[in-house]
Amino acid sequence: MRQTLRNLLPPLTMAAVFLVGWQLLHVLAKADEISSPAETVALLVRMMDTARFWQDVAETGLAFVWALLLSMAFGIVLGVVLGLSRPTGDAVEPILVAFYSLPKVTLYPLVLLAFGLGMSAKVAFGVMHGLVPITLLTRNAISQLKPVYLRSAQVMRLSRSQVALKVVLPAIFPELVAGTRIGFSLSLLGVLIGEMFASKRGLGFAAVSAMGLGDIKTILAIGVFLAAFAVAANSAMLMLERSLRHKSAAR
Amino acid sequence: MISAEPVANIGEASGTVTARLRGVTRLYGTGSARLHALGPIDLDLRKGEFFSVVGPSGCGKSTLLDVLAGLNPPTDGSAEFEGRPVKGVPDGVGVVFQEDASFPWLTVEANVAFGLQQAGVDAAEVERRVAYALGFMGLRDFRKAYPAQLSGGMRQRVCIARTLVLQPRLILLDEPFGALDQQTRLIMGDELLRLWRETNATVLLITHSLDEAAMLSDRVGVMSARPGLFIELIETGWPKDRDSRIVADPRFGELTGRIWEKLRVETMKHMQSQGMGHS
Amino acid sequence: MKHRGLASIGIVAVCVGALQLACGIGLVKHTVIIAPTEMADSLWQILLGGEFTHAILLTLTNIVLSAVISIAAGFGIGVAIHSVAFLRRGIEPYLASYYAVPTFIFYPVFIVLFGVGSAPIIAITVLLAIVAMITATLNGLDRIPGVLTKTATVLRLSPVRRALLVQLPAASPYLFAGARLSVAYSFIGVIASEFILSGDGLGYAIAYAYNNFDNRTMYGLMLLIIIVVTAVNASFDALDRRLQARLRR
Repeated sequence: MRQTLRNLLPPLTMAAVFLVGWQLLHVLAKADEISSPAETVALLVRMMDTARFWQDVAETGLAFVWALLLSMAFGIVLGVVLGLSRPTGDAVEPILVAFYSLPKVTLYPLVLLAFGLGMSAKVAFGVMHGLVPITLLTRNAISQLKPVYLRSAQVMRLSRSQVALKVVLPAIFPELVAGTRIGFSLSLLGVLIGEMFASKRGLGFAAVSAMGLGDIKTILAIGVFLAAFAVAANSAMLMLERSLRHKSAAR
Repeated sequence: MISAEPVANIGEASGTVTARLRGVTRLYGTGSARLHALGPIDLDLRKGEFFSVVGPSGCGKSTLLDVLAGLNPPTDGSAEFEGRPVKGVPDGVGVVFQEDASFPWLTVEANVAFGLQQAGVDAAEVERRVAYALGFMGLRDFRKAYPAQLSGGMRQRVCIARTLVLQPRLILLDEPFGALDQQTRLIMGDELLRLWRETNATVLLITHSLDEAAMLSDRVGVMSARPGLFIELIETGWPKDRDSRIVADPRFGELTGRIWEKLRVETMKHMQSQGMGHS
Repeated sequence: MKHRGLASIGIVAVCVGALQLACGIGLVKHTVIIAPTEMADSLWQILLGGEFTHAILLTLTNIVLSAVISIAAGFGIGVAIHSVAFLRRGIEPYLASYYAVPTFIFYPVFIVLFGVGSAPIIAITVLLAIVAMITATLNGLDRIPGVLTKTATVLRLSPVRRALLVQLPAASPYLFAGARLSVAYSFIGVIASEFILSGDGLGYAIAYAYNNFDNRTMYGLMLLIIIVVTAVNASFDALDRRLQARLRR
């Protein structure tokens, strides 16, 4: 018990420091342009009481789930294909890496022109952000697969599907979770950005409307909500990843 | 090697040949950059014998094992097991690798059962064989543990158990104890002898340790530096019920000395080539 | 390795060729995407015209400033966190989840703080890029083999000399990787911010062209960004390979 408290103290202290800093900003800024932590939370609670808020959440959520599932499905399959075929993988990887470092905003007009406005554009944005990291991480995981596992499978005379499902997939599972975790964050980002341009609904749209009106309070409230959700989900997946890795640890 | 022991104690008295290599050669690459890694190798493995291959690093010992196991075909020459040419991994061959091949996502029990289950053996038989192998390798107390919780030596036992369970007639080991400390190696050597006696399998052990080869084997094949060729075949004449305490026998020193006499020159050749060439 | 580069270029060439063909035979609407040759032509005119020179320079300046600040401050903060255990245990849990948060959403806050102009853009970009450098610094300092630091101690080097002569070189591959990421994020942050809410710069120019249905200009500018990012990436790659070869243990 004492150990848990000792572990929690430093992060809690830093969180407190952050909140104090925020409060200071609020005090120092002109005429309550930046709402204080307390005001922000109060507003968020009020917003969560409205139907409109949850409609927005549902809208964003639906697009996000679609984007994540598509990113994972295509990303894992593509990553496996590129990982298993060395020459193809080596040729395609630089292209994917280049795409990853490209400011995707550069391609937004293209997506909008191709998909129009609405759900499909949002999902496309999400997939655009989430697909490549999942692919690259899956491919990496496969190429780092210990060769001795494949040789053992060969000696045990396993069929190709047995090798893929019973050896390769379990071996790279921790990396798949890592890829999903990153794909999760990026797909969410993509969907939110998509909503800023291509939708009249959703949290992204709510945020950009508030931006247009100069309504910092609302922006902060939405931001806090998204941050809390993202951090919670990310931490949960991180814990899962760590517990999986411990099984494979101590090499 | 003059031995006072009767010849009948070396492997099976009949001396039937269970695996045969003829002119096995391995070349890598093409054109002017062709690397002659191994051979030509001729070898007759007698059924039930314990045969070790010792040689300097990079002499192609592992390649030899790959050819015999059907993991990699030779560039030239032929390999035969139980009278049939080796194409792919033959039935009845088991391999233990140097690196830890235990699957970290499965328990010890599940690891050992894995090969059997994938081969479609029925559950009752799997359970029986797994229980036997676990007991034999001293893993019964650890059946529910994960490999990550075990020491290196224990993990190799898991790999050996996983091979044992498939009832191989030829067991190939590629420097299986390379990653372990000396004392553990000696104990594991004893385990290997126990396994060999119990299964009556033919064993081919690849090692860079002269002691190990001299202590464990019926015959030792000394390999030259690359390209690997057998430069000496030594009969040890040890009784079948031997163990690591054989180190006290003066003949052990003679054998080791004889192996080193041949090996020393080859090892120096190898080190020179490493220093001058690219690593 | 040479072959690998050629294969990648080959794939891109095939895709570009396919797009050119698709546009040529009318398979793709002109209002959606224009032919690669048209894009290149537009880009050429943009570069010669001078109309966008100011925007291009502004964007590049912002990117460079953001990258430099992120790398320097990120390294400094990383070193500080690494040396003070309490700080590390306090901040590290948040670092792991940092990139999950859509930080750009707080952009208007920076407008309030810094007014309109380059400052809020640089602020939010630094916020985006700095954590990559901090994480890489922590990673790099962690991975200095203990035996090297012990050697430095046995040789009785002063702390400063130890840091400069042993720790920094030993950690440099990871620091370099972090710097690369920071540069990539700098590009993304600046251009995205300009696109979303700004009155100047390349990102804004693209948004403006899009809103005015000026596909030609828009794609020309997009092509410019793609070329610049690819060139920067390729140079980093080449630098990376040289460093790796030298430092391989």
